[in-house]
Amino acid sequence: MDPQDRRYTSEHEWVKLEGDVAVVGITDFAQDQLGDVVYVELPKVGDKVEAMKPFGVVESVKTASDLYAPVSGTVAEVNDQLATEPQLVNDAPYQGGWMIKIQPDDPAAIDTLLTAQQYADEVAKA
Amino acid sequence: MTGDAATGGALLRTALYDRHLAAGARMVDFGGWDMPIQYKSGIRAEHLAVRSGVGVFDLSHMGRLYVRGPDALKLVQWLATNDAGRLGEGRAQYSLICGERGQILDDIIVYNLGDQYLMVVNASNRLKILAWIDEQRQGPLAGLDVTVDDRTFETAMIGFQGPESQRLLQGLVSGDLSTLRYYAAVASTVYRKNTLVARTGYTGEDGFEVIVSTKDGPEIWDVLLEQRHGVQPVAAALGARDTLRLEAGMPLYGHEIDEDANPFEAGLGRVVKLAKGEFAGSKALSEISEKGVERKLVAFELTAGGVPRQGYPVLEGESAVGQVTSGNVSPSLGTPIGMAYVPTRLGEPGTNIAVEIRGKVVPARVTTLPFYAHKTKKIAPPPSARA
Repeated sequence: MDPQDRRYTSEHEWVKLEGDVAVVGITDFAQDQLGDVVYVELPKVGDKVEAMKPFGVVESVKTASDLYAPVSGTVAEVNDQLATEPQLVNDAPYQGGWMIKIQPDDPAAIDTLLTAQQYADEVAKA
Repeated sequence: MTGDAATGGALLRTALYDRHLAAGARMVDFGGWDMPIQYKSGIRAEHLAVRSGVGVFDLSHMGRLYVRGPDALKLVQWLATNDAGRLGEGRAQYSLICGERGQILDDIIVYNLGDQYLMVVNASNRLKILAWIDEQRQGPLAGLDVTVDDRTFETAMIGFQGPESQRLLQGLVSGDLSTLRYYAAVASTVYRKNTLVARTGYTGEDGFEVIVSTKDGPEIWDVLLEQRHGVQPVAAALGARDTLRLEAGMPLYGHEIDEDANPFEAGLGRVVKLAKGEFAGSKALSEISEKGVERKLVAFELTAGGVPRQGYPVLEGESAVGQVTSGNVSPSLGTPIGMAYVPTRLGEPGTNIAVEIRGKVVPARVTTLPFYAHKTKKIAPPPSARA
């Protein structure tokens, strides 16, 4: 089971509220499907992101895949470590492999996303 | 009976299909075959295993066409662009099959096995090449005393590739592998089973390819994967095969070469032997050779971040002047590399170009092949020469 301290999207992102910023990454299922991640294209601090619109791209040896913002807001921080160590997305998708932090327009929007159980059910159906 | 006719459109399976499933492989449709693209450890780990130890590949999907009879050499010489007349017994050569316009129908390896020739063709092109052979035999090759036997389903082919390959394989085969030259092949036994062992490969490493009967395939696969001399061979699949051949600068049919490409623009003029006499496509190829080519296949590296992929435009200034044929982040070097067709005038190593990646212009530089050279073939410069 994926961590229960955060919410999920059907596009395989996770989002976790830490103080007043929402940390965003991709799920263990997503990194496993992608295979070895070799490049992550991320927005800049201050960029606006919109819920369920692409904010970046994750590229593995096999393929490129869009990253979707779980909530609307402003990019507060970007995980610069992924520029040199993209494999962190594979090794630690819920920790060191986080991608961006969003200052959400409406923090309550996070609670409308999938719970770990609901996400697990979606993955099982796919 | 496991031939094309028997499958009713379903994907074909090699003799090692069950082994792939048991190993947790991810399977994909590759040229009509249900093949592993990666095993559990992933493409990067498989790639690096081939660069440092040994990787074991199922290559059984590739077509194996045996040509025998008094006119076997005549048929091979007509079909393939390289000069099989200069191919000694027990030797292999890279070659192309070209159509009447000089377009590339396939790239192949031709083996002179003494009593017959073996042509190893790409999985996706096997039926096309068989049809092309039939067409030629009703035309320019009419009356030849020769049989072409497609033994793809009766045999399995396994790659054993990497710097440790000779040391590990030697314990399993009859005969001395240290005397088997690059692009040489010998009838041997592996684990007491009759095989053809060839020092060929598609990884840029030293390595071998063995052909065994379909029946013996799974047992030989298991034996080849056993640990020896403290080295654990790693099952490697199509994903790693692609990144390995890209680093080695080897073309892949459907990427660098296809029916829209001719050998000269693909940098394969060295295997087109126009002097050997008339052969399929030779008239057109001779004209192309004289006229010169307008585009050229080059290697490039991105000088900023990104991952180049097949089909991405190559830019000169604002205008698209070429196309990426293959690209990835090199697992060995950690940098983004690729191959592309560009106008001939941009083909010199060092030339600055750019690749358009999702609407963004990413700078790149034309470079030389291979991206990665097998270590023992590289002669290190003296310390003073190092920057």
